[in-house]
Amino acid sequence: MRTKALSRLLFAVGVITWVALLFTDISVVFSTKRNLPAEIPTWLPGVILNLYVIALYYYYKLKIDRDDQLNFVDLLWRVFATGLVATVFSLIIRLIEYLIGATSLAGNVVYIEITYLINLGLMISFLLAAFSAWKRLILYQKSKWLLRLWAFFEYSLLISLLYNSSIIPKADWLYNTLIGFFVVVGLVLSGNLKWVAFLNFRQKWTSLLLLLLTIFYLVYSFYTNSALAMSVSGEESGFADYRTHVFIQSLIAFVTVYSIFSFLVILFNLPTTSVFEQKLEEVVNFQRISQSIQTEQSEESVYNILLETSVSSVFADAAWFEIKISEQDHRVFTYRISEKEATEIIDHLKSHHVTGVLDQSTDKTKNLSKHLGSLRGSRYRSILAFPIYVKGENIGKLALLKELPDGFNKEMTKIVSTFANQAGISIENFRLLEEALQSERYKEELKIAKAVQKSLLPQMLEKDSQFEIAAFSESADEVGGDYYDTLRINPQETSLIIADVSGKGTTAAFHMSQMKGIFHSLAQSCIEPDEFMIRANRALVYCLERGSFISASFFLVNTHDRKVRYARAGHCPVLYYSAATDKSEYLKDKGVALGMVRNNSYGNFIEANEFQYGPGDIMVLYTDGVTEAKSTKGDEFGYERLAEVLMEVRTLTPLQIQDHLINKLYEFSGTKNINDDYTTMIIKFNHQTQTILNR
Amino acid sequence: MVHIKRLQEDGADIITPIGEIDASSSIELDLTIAKSVGEGFTKILVDCSSLEYISSAGLGVFMSYIEEFKDKNLKMVLFGMSEKVANTFEILGLYELLTIAKDKVEAKKKVHEV
Repeated sequence: MRTKALSRLLFAVGVITWVALLFTDISVVFSTKRNLPAEIPTWLPGVILNLYVIALYYYYKLKIDRDDQLNFVDLLWRVFATGLVATVFSLIIRLIEYLIGATSLAGNVVYIEITYLINLGLMISFLLAAFSAWKRLILYQKSKWLLRLWAFFEYSLLISLLYNSSIIPKADWLYNTLIGFFVVVGLVLSGNLKWVAFLNFRQKWTSLLLLLLTIFYLVYSFYTNSALAMSVSGEESGFADYRTHVFIQSLIAFVTVYSIFSFLVILFNLPTTSVFEQKLEEVVNFQRISQSIQTEQSEESVYNILLETSVSSVFADAAWFEIKISEQDHRVFTYRISEKEATEIIDHLKSHHVTGVLDQSTDKTKNLSKHLGSLRGSRYRSILAFPIYVKGENIGKLALLKELPDGFNKEMTKIVSTFANQAGISIENFRLLEEALQSERYKEELKIAKAVQKSLLPQMLEKDSQFEIAAFSESADEVGGDYYDTLRINPQETSLIIADVSGKGTTAAFHMSQMKGIFHSLAQSCIEPDEFMIRANRALVYCLERGSFISASFFLVNTHDRKVRYARAGHCPVLYYSAATDKSEYLKDKGVALGMVRNNSYGNFIEANEFQYGPGDIMVLYTDGVTEAKSTKGDEFGYERLAEVLMEVRTLTPLQIQDHLINKLYEFSGTKNINDDYTTMIIKFNHQTQTILNR
Repeated sequence: MVHIKRLQEDGADIITPIGEIDASSSIELDLTIAKSVGEGFTKILVDCSSLEYISSAGLGVFMSYIEEFKDKNLKMVLFGMSEKVANTFEILGLYELLTIAKDKVEAKKKVHEV
């Protein structure tokens, strides 16, 4: 908003100063003509002219120099438009002059003076517009040195305005030196034409036309003004003559030189434009191919972009990309060529024993065009092929085709080779990204599985006046399938289970949930432990895939008979501490894990046993994660150590025993990151009951 | 990590896994046995003397062949297990399902039994 107001103000100042210039100059001319003493000082018009120049200079600085949205053609267009307005105005005046009849007015010095000042004002405006625009063009991709030179040029020009304000005495040598100096600096600056290279073909033509017209306006206004100045000076000499005005003269020289330079450079650049455009497109294509990995959904679209971009970069007619899926299997992606045609060419080259990149055995890039000639029915006469590497492994090859014979030159070979390298990197990046996503997904899955596993374990364990139970389960990062549970069948009987599902991850968690379902449905009906295992096996055979199995131990505690009946199906033998003998032992009974025997003979591989329990007896149920826990040295925790640990704390409560055991386990493994699941369930039969019974 | 060697002796295929068989390396064991069966061997010996550890997934591999071998009348004998590995087999009840021998001589004898 402020700049808009400011530019309007400056324009208004320009108009006012021009009007002031008109009046003062006419008054000076008039009074000298009549030999009257001047009412105003004769130097005033010159000063006002300079004020006019400064106002317009800043006006265009705001309008053109500071407007970042203008591109090169826009700049030229601005200059052209200003020139057009100036010229049209000037022509209208001429027309009026012609219509009225020049004879009566031609002799009138005041009239000539007015037309001269109008034309001068228009020309200065045009020159300043061009000056601002050229500044932008010259300073495109500027260097520090160039910027300094320009600043020097611009400020010197402005300072030279002083010269015309009659403050400095006028002298021919000074005038000539100044003009010469400005012309030389202007010439040096005019050598900066980098912007031309960035015009495309169409823009170049437009620019040529605009520049040509600009030059025409320059010539016209220069001619008009000098003609008018001549006729005014013929009558009178005291007017504001621009011909001795260093600033305006230098400006004319500079603007004209730069216009001509630009015109010629653009003209000579026309034939090479396509090359530059092509290079630009290559850069854009490279960018596309490297960006494609972030935006594209599949590797396939990366291949397609590779095809498209390489074809457009070397003006090929068709292309294909053959990718190795496995040693024998190949897939062909094609662009503007049918898959059939592509395979025909591949087969043809193969049948002619052409060794090149299309042949798997060599990695050399080769121009195979000469072999294509012998393939009938194909419109292609040139072929160029490149291998594509991902992590040093040849994953496929890119082949480009042209209908022209000898259609690929060395530069194109180089470009495509760079493309192939870039494509390799892109594909590799894409694959890495995919892998990262995959592992992220897997981690997420594990998180869910872990949550499922945790939720399958009981929140509350059964309690009885005769026994106490404590249980603990800690799973490793990779979820295992450890399961324990308790279920009260009736006031006298409680069943317990501990199980370990083979395998890890989501599958293990699912099998664990199946085991839970089986336990809760079978245990309720108070069946014998071996029968439980037989039925569980029968049910699980349908759920477990081959090679998966579940090891389990099932216990039926009868508090009335003070007996435990149990069956072990491939699970770690229970550690039993007998208080009466003060000894612990592992109960190694016969039993095959669930899911291993898939027919009805499973009953032969399982047996049920029973024992009487006494007060203070302890049962330690655990999974193999406990006994197989490794120390940093590689030793296993083992059965003996487990038994020893139990003996240390045999008098404590189950929960205390559990805490001690876990501490020992972590101490032994020396790390918080366990590599398998630790699960324990400890049952201790009470003394208390003994006392009750004794009573 | 496991490295699996194969060699043929007296018409039997001897598979020797060296190292540890866990969930990921069990696939290699599976492939080796499948290859041996595919090549038409009817007598397969597994030399477990260099086997340091076997996970439940590895045991699952042996287990998964039990029925197939029974149907096709193929014989597989494992031998030379260390105490630790043997214990793993024993706990899971695989002693009942697989033929396990002490050493190569005994294994050969067992595999040639009709």
